[in-house]
Amino acid sequence: MKFGVIVFPGSNCDEDLIYVLKNVLDQDVVKLWHKDHDLKGCDFVFLPGGFSYGDYLRSGAIARFSPIMESVMNHAEKGGFVMGICNGFQILTESHLLPGALIRNTAQKFNCKNVYLKPEHNNSPLTSKLDLKKAYKIPIAHGEGRYFADAKTLKELKSNDQILFRYCDENGSVSDSANPNGSLENIAGICNKNKNVFGMMPHPERASDPDLGNTDGKALFDSILALIEA
Amino acid sequence: MKFIAEIDVMPLKEILDPQGKAVKLGLGNLGLSKIADVRIGKHVSIELEAQSKEEAEKNVDLACKKLLANLIMEGYTFKVNSIN
Repeated sequence: MKFGVIVFPGSNCDEDLIYVLKNVLDQDVVKLWHKDHDLKGCDFVFLPGGFSYGDYLRSGAIARFSPIMESVMNHAEKGGFVMGICNGFQILTESHLLPGALIRNTAQKFNCKNVYLKPEHNNSPLTSKLDLKKAYKIPIAHGEGRYFADAKTLKELKSNDQILFRYCDENGSVSDSANPNGSLENIAGICNKNKNVFGMMPHPERASDPDLGNTDGKALFDSILALIEA
Repeated sequence: MKFIAEIDVMPLKEILDPQGKAVKLGLGNLGLSKIADVRIGKHVSIELEAQSKEEAEKNVDLACKKLLANLIMEGYTFKVNSIN
């Protein structure tokens, strides 16, 4: 499988993602430029974290109209894999490739810390190999990560198994006190109905290299790589 | 013809606006305790060329729907006037 990481003006987690894919997971990975239309034959496209276009207007709103996003939308429509992390997730909701929106954290604060995530099910390529009883320690770093969707959308997310992760405490208990940003029902990550587009606010790429002392995030990438073997 | 559009983009009523809530606290500290609610949005001013006011309004509406507002979390209103 060939991976691509899009670089928008203001992306700042692109190199971390490339490092993990190339050096930790030994995968073929290329950079994709926001002004291009060419996905260079990538099977799996990542939208990295950062502050694309300075987060002006709304996080992800302007990046959504980058030339490359047209190709990303076509790729996703054809069933190609797309994943957005943090600002990448915001761009995917702004593009309507994922339902809902990410708004200002309830506490009006930029939150940069480790949080715990509980995988909701194994019924998606991103969570297929995860332990449903484990609380995965993954860092967050965002000011606008409060997931919001209307009641109808939330119902659809639930009935289609589109909720992938919820914020929990270290024992795996999903509670208000473990919710770092006021997200609806502690939602930290979702996918589309066809389960080929994924988005999450926490940064698994920052918890994948053994040198950093936490490899909980690597399990998510291992789930993705299991697709190749399948 | 030249037109100017004055656009207001506001967070939807049912969504908590933490910025407005924080400012309300500040206004309370200022001694203005009877303020019931504060909500904060954006004001956007756009100058544009169009054949008619109707065409200008149509373009502004498209700009609001597609980019200036995210209808999942925000609503918008605008007024278009010609510039002489």
